[in-house]
Amino acid sequence: MGVEIVRDLSFSIKPQSFQFLTGPSGAGKTTLLRLMLLSLKPTRGIVKIFGQDASTLDKDSITSLRRRIGVVFQDFRLLDHLTTYENVALPLRVMGRVEANYRAEVVELLRWVGLGERMNALPAVLSGGEKQRAAIARALIARPELLLADEPTGNVDPGLARRLLRLFVELHKSGTAVVIATHDLALMDQFGEARRLVVGDGRLQIFDGESP
Amino acid sequence: MSAVPSLTGRQAGQDIQPDKALRRDMPLVPASSIAGRALVIVIAIMTFLACLTAGGAILVAGASQDWRGEVSREVTIQIKPAPGQDIDAAVAKAVETARKAPGVGDVRALSRQESEQLLEPWLGNGLDLTELPIPRLIVVRMQDLKTPDIAALREALAAQAPGANLDDHRLWLSRLDTMADAIVIFASLLFLLMISAMTMAVGFATRGAMAGNREIIEVLHFVGAADSYISRQFQTHFLRLGLRGGLLGGALAALFFAGASALSAWWTNSVGGEEIGALFGAFSLGGKGYAAILCVAIAIAFLTGAMSRIIVFRHLRRLQ
Ligand SMILES: Nc1ncnc2c1ncn2[C@@H]1O[C@H](COP(=O)(O)OP(=O)(O)OP(=O)(O)O)[C@@H](O)[C@H]1O
Ligand SMILES: [Mg+2]
Repeated sequence: MGVEIVRDLSFSIKPQSFQFLTGPSGAGKTTLLRLMLLSLKPTRGIVKIFGQDASTLDKDSITSLRRRIGVVFQDFRLLDHLTTYENVALPLRVMGRVEANYRAEVVELLRWVGLGERMNALPAVLSGGEKQRAAIARALIARPELLLADEPTGNVDPGLARRLLRLFVELHKSGTAVVIATHDLALMDQFGEARRLVVGDGRLQIFDGESP
Repeated sequence: MSAVPSLTGRQAGQDIQPDKALRRDMPLVPASSIAGRALVIVIAIMTFLACLTAGGAILVAGASQDWRGEVSREVTIQIKPAPGQDIDAAVAKAVETARKAPGVGDVRALSRQESEQLLEPWLGNGLDLTELPIPRLIVVRMQDLKTPDIAALREALAAQAPGANLDDHRLWLSRLDTMADAIVIFASLLFLLMISAMTMAVGFATRGAMAGNREIIEVLHFVGAADSYISRQFQTHFLRLGLRGGLLGGALAALFFAGASALSAWWTNSVGGEEIGALFGAFSLGGKGYAAILCVAIAIAFLTGAMSRIIVFRHLRRLQ
């Protein structure tokens, strides 16, 4: 058993809330997101998701919970043999939806994140920022109740970062709980009323956002 | 459910003309990630061998059925000429006795001429056989009963026609039967062995494919794919590989039997042809045999698909 990366911390993500998760590199931001995504099991402590204790869930309920969560991975995790369009459509496809029914939705979102011309491109030929936008679009396409985004603006210019942040805020206003892991202070300052969860030395400090 | 249109400020479906050339149905598990060609070849070889053993067993079983039907209802009475005995009278007496015995159908004595004809292939036809003491044969066909009452006939003959020798081919028949049974059992064992070897090959290939696609499986899980959905993606590939290998192997086996049948037809008149014909029934598998080959090939394809699905499913269950 290795060292504990985070310990003695307790927090909850309220429905329709917006928060930044921040802290120095290696502090455990990704680890916390993975706990929330149920891709890691805590060695001790309890993770409750949508009101259910994660340790009691069977595979089928995990599957249906994952459909309510959108994730943007720090390393994107696009499937290399699928085009941008296919990658973004993936969450709808695995639900068993018919392609003709969601095509317009996917195309529209792709155009909105500026990938309208890159729909048939494979990830190998996309730039870092394009991959990032594809990963974000994939996380949003199924309109999740909870969005977990790990460094979603790490590879884009400040202008695009602002636009993406606006997208996340819109999403939050339309009812999604949003957690954005970032160490980009400038980005956080653009949305000052957001809650901040700061990890460091294995502990978590919570700052409620200043009222607007 | 209209968060996206509100996000992007447009109504879904409005002024959107998706590119006609949009690629949109690439398999989620790439075909190139599976050791496809090697597996197809293994499956083809295994199917070929399985069909060969199955077809061989069918031929032998069919031929042995034929002997059983033909031979078990026929017995021969042999009258050996003895000095100072009227052989024609002895034959007549034996025929009369046999007719009266229970369960006997048709009785026919071969004439002296017919008996000589039987010997001709061995002695040549240039020989005058009249001087030789040739035994005479009486062919008795038993009635169509499940178990012909040969014992009663034997007793009657012993009592009333001494010198008549009854041959019911039993020994010969039971030996051939045992051999045919042994061949069928052996073939079934071989068949099972080959199927299990093939199943294991499919298992290895499936596990290899899963290891190679670990990243894809993980992502599919994260975007909310159920285990059954993921295993179906693998099954589709393996079913296709199984069909290709199975049909290839089956076609080769069918070709083999067709060739062997043609060859044996051409061969039958030559030396040794008849023995092979007796064992295998002239190698002609018949419609049923070819149907069996097709069934084996298709069953192997579905076995391949189902196997990979089960393996993937079990493996996914064990993940976290
Ligand atoms: N699976 C793992 N097993 C053991 N240690 C791990 C594992 N994953 C991450 N760690 C360690 O846990 C610590 C926190 O990692 P984490 O990825 O959560 O950091 P982070 O806050 O996301 O950093 P960054 O800002 O660089 O992305 C690191 O020291 C890392 O090496
Ligand atoms: Mg991280």
